[in-house]
Amino acid sequence: MNAGLEHFLTVGALLFGLGVFAVLTRRNAVGLLMGVELILNAANLNFAAFARYVEHGIDGQVLAAFVIVLAAAEAAVALAIVLAMFRNFGTVHVDAVDRLRR
Amino acid sequence: MSGDLAFYGFAALTVLSAFYVVFSRNIVHAGFSLLFTLFGVAGLYAMLAADFLAATQVIVYIGGVLVLILFTVMMTRIPRRGAGGRGLDRFVPAGVFALLLFALLYKVITGTPWAEKAPVSADPTTARLGASFLTDFVFPFEFVSLILLAAMIGAAILIRDRRPAADDGAGGAAAPTGEEERS
Repeated sequence: MNAGLEHFLTVGALLFGLGVFAVLTRRNAVGLLMGVELILNAANLNFAAFARYVEHGIDGQVLAAFVIVLAAAEAAVALAIVLAMFRNFGTVHVDAVDRLRR
Repeated sequence: MSGDLAFYGFAALTVLSAFYVVFSRNIVHAGFSLLFTLFGVAGLYAMLAADFLAATQVIVYIGGVLVLILFTVMMTRIPRRGAGGRGLDRFVPAGVFALLLFALLYKVITGTPWAEKAPVSADPTTARLGASFLTDFVFPFEFVSLILLAAMIGAAILIRDRRPAADDGAGGAAAPTGEEERS
């Protein structure tokens, strides 16, 4: 079977579902971020796939490059927050950081 | 065909290692498995004639983001308390939700009559990408560099150790009380 647009989109959908599942179930903040990375990669894969199967399409790849840049910025800030959280609370479990709720 | 073989190889690598990322109980193993997921996605980019994206994926994601993630995992590793780190109470609804989401996406993917052109030529796209960055997308391109600068400063400020400066009461006293409350 020839690998076409739908095959790439299916891989993207699988990655997206797995990422959503990780975001919903992980309690470790870093594991949660890994889920976010999976979701971003899924979206990026879709961008690249659509750019490939459209005539003279390059915009999808441009957007995918922007997503990669923003994901790097997001990861830097989010991991800094995780480290600050670890320093202040001694844990990286997202359930434990609920001081504002009490 | 060898192209199809490569596609299924990369797709299997991506999806299987993503499963391990999601379901592994050991966060270090999950982090190292993410390496293979990102590499598989880079391979899929290469198959989509997105050579620049494939190289960027390897350099930025594997060389940058993944190293950051692994550093954070190593620096924040805590002794495992109790069972695993996730409860069955959210495992099941989340699994159902993710499955439904995937089913919906799959239905849309297979049900939509895509206006799919035959794959255009697989020329390297780096030159066209660069031209596009500096013509149509020049404002977002400059803006994203501003965002990167802001993120860099923000991360540096967040990570700064404020302990020595916070000896005047409020800031220093808050942390110990939190410790007592939790234990």
